[in-house]
Amino acid sequence: MNIKIKDLYASINGQPILKGVDLELNSGKVHALMGPNGSGKSTLSNVIIGHPSFQVTGGEVLVDGENILEMEPHERARLGLFLAFQYPVEVPGVTVGRFLKRAVDIRAGEGNTKGFVKKLREMMDYMEIDQQFINRYLNEGFSGGEKKRMEILQMLMLKPDFAILDETDSGLDIDALQVVAKGVNRLREGDFGALVITHYQRILNHIRPDYVHIMYQGRIVTSGGNELVDALEANGYDWIRKQYGIEEDSDVKPVTSG
Amino acid sequence: MSNQSQAVDPQTVEIEDYKFGFHYPDSSVFKTRKGLDSEVVRAISHHKSEPEWMLDFRLRSHETFLKKPMPNWGGDLSDINFDEIYYYAKPSEKQWKSWEEVPESIKETFDRIGIPEAERKFLAGVGAQYDSEMVYHNLQESLSDQGVIFSDPETGLRDYPDIFKKYFGTVIPYTDNKFAALNSAVWSGGSFVYVPPGVKVDIPLQAYFRINSENFGQFERTLIIADEGSFVHYVEGCTAPIYTTDSLHSAVVEIIALPGSRVRYSTVQNWSGDVYNLVTKRAVAYENATVEWVDGNIGSKRTMKYPSIWLMGEGAHGEVLSIAFAGKNQEQDTGGKAVHAADNTSSVITSKSISKDGGIATYRGHIKVEEGVRNARSHVVCDALILDPESGTNTYPYMDILSDDVTIEHEAKVSRISEEQLFYLMSRGMDEAEAAMMIVNGFLEPLVKQLPMEYAVELNRLIELEMEGSVG
Ligand SMILES: Nc1ncnc2c1ncn2[C@@H]1O[C@H](COP(=O)(O)OP(=O)(O)OP(=O)(O)O)[C@@H](O)[C@H]1O
Ligand SMILES: [Mg+2]
Repeated sequence: MNIKIKDLYASINGQPILKGVDLELNSGKVHALMGPNGSGKSTLSNVIIGHPSFQVTGGEVLVDGENILEMEPHERARLGLFLAFQYPVEVPGVTVGRFLKRAVDIRAGEGNTKGFVKKLREMMDYMEIDQQFINRYLNEGFSGGEKKRMEILQMLMLKPDFAILDETDSGLDIDALQVVAKGVNRLREGDFGALVITHYQRILNHIRPDYVHIMYQGRIVTSGGNELVDALEANGYDWIRKQYGIEEDSDVKPVTSG
Repeated sequence: MSNQSQAVDPQTVEIEDYKFGFHYPDSSVFKTRKGLDSEVVRAISHHKSEPEWMLDFRLRSHETFLKKPMPNWGGDLSDINFDEIYYYAKPSEKQWKSWEEVPESIKETFDRIGIPEAERKFLAGVGAQYDSEMVYHNLQESLSDQGVIFSDPETGLRDYPDIFKKYFGTVIPYTDNKFAALNSAVWSGGSFVYVPPGVKVDIPLQAYFRINSENFGQFERTLIIADEGSFVHYVEGCTAPIYTTDSLHSAVVEIIALPGSRVRYSTVQNWSGDVYNLVTKRAVAYENATVEWVDGNIGSKRTMKYPSIWLMGEGAHGEVLSIAFAGKNQEQDTGGKAVHAADNTSSVITSKSISKDGGIATYRGHIKVEEGVRNARSHVVCDALILDPESGTNTYPYMDILSDDVTIEHEAKVSRISEEQLFYLMSRGMDEAEAAMMIVNGFLEPLVKQLPMEYAVELNRLIELEMEGSVG
């Protein structure tokens, strides 16, 4: 799967957030996306998956050449896109088992889900999630770490072509972090690709990204390899600000992006 | 005896997704004229060859009906025109014990609703009412051998006069409210159930109420007596055709749960959108008896229904599970009531409502604890789920607590289906309608999982039909 994001602009309630994002993503590769709080990483994820609150005001997102911006979220999911949410949503009364069965049915095509339960149990073991969770209501009352593991479990069951992981590592203890990384790496063998959004080097030590992109003020300001991560770890975002920053706290909104 | 045995084409009116909107030509063998006066009341009684006391009861009830004001709370009833309604329509000359003998168009109706099939699969007895009379009634022999009575109330009055007269109208007097008075005046059909001491009717009995005629009023009357230590589960289902004019369904259901007995009464109401459904349901529970009302209200134009339990004996327990779905042009005014009149009594009222496409679901509950009652416990939970900005919900939990040895808990919650939930589920491949349905099912789940399997399946299916086609 090839995803081309071209000069993408998006706003929420009339407030521009994405200001000309250019980014190309490919399955078979793992991309890391870093950037300071509020730079627009989650917004970009939500816009790619089709969150209705955001208005796209310019640009394109092409998946294998096809513009997906007019598609409903479920149509994008059916193309093979997946988002591990930064804040997974609670759905009271809907059990993990029932929900996943249905999602897998849709993804695999009904009738192609033989051995679902066995597979689910296997993946739960792999993700070190207690089997009891099959009958728990989706994300309801889950701890932060349990929610994140549940996102990765869903990813393993749905086997997307391309997954966006929005800060799946935040709030995880060391063990959980390794489990989550293990989950991503398991899919990596195939033609799977991911955009791993993170603030920390830690997870990237377990999931070695092929590319690293830095987002700042609603744009991808630079891309490179792991050396960018090291640079951030050593110097913070100051140099990014100096090099790429548009004057902050300015009342005049920037019109062009470069 | 009847001339209706050739098949007739049902005149189906396809409106939205209501599956039971069809009707067959009116082929009643006897019908009172439009409107209501004491002559009509007499005609019904005469036609049923009733004893004098019942005619008197009807006439007194009719007078009370005329005197009582319309309720000035709850749903808007100002459109009901009592002069435009037919109060009695007899579909056939007799009642059958075998579906084969039931006249074709009537049998077809019940086939389409699925009653004979349900009977074969999971019911111990079935009564099927078409307009004003039960046309079919059957009870498994093993139960009648044990002395269980399951018939229409006309049979109860005729064949079991002592027990019938002892309890009839004692739980809900005709003076109770305007619609109880109306029912008492013109009642016809319904169920009469008696379960002897210690007998457990393990599989449900079901009565099904079908309106076929236009501008019709259905006024069935149900009386259930569970003798000491017995158990019975009674299921009531109902549907009606879609017409352009309004119909009225106004039933009275009385339950007497004698010491140590348990009665579960489940309703799967699925009226078409032009039925006013104004029903009075009340039970008395004596020492250590349990009464459970499971009340699923789907469809109708206005429903006003608050199943009640009077806990008269020490250790009695009552439960009301109320599920309401208010769709387009619908008002569901439902809830439950528990009166604690004895020590160590407990009640649980759980209400879940869903409103959609401008529908309004109202919870109206009443908990009363009489003076001097010790250790009364009551737990009330009402949850409302609103699916769109046009729809609404209200909660009116009344409390009358005259004792201080009570534990009362009340929780109420209103939630709206959230964009975040929809987006989350859609991002996993479900389209918007399915995502909404999943959220609704999840909302009902804690309640539905307490229900008997068949009932839960039926309820889910009906709600799915209501949800279909209108999301998005
Ligand atoms: N629903 C919303 N309503 C108003 N503002 C929003 C909304 N969602 C995002 N924003 C704003 O958009 C900007 C970008 O937010 P976004 O969540 O995309 O940042 P992020 O890069 O993911 O940050 P973090 O690293 O903290 O997760 C922020 O200023 C945020 O306040
Ligand atoms: Mg974020």
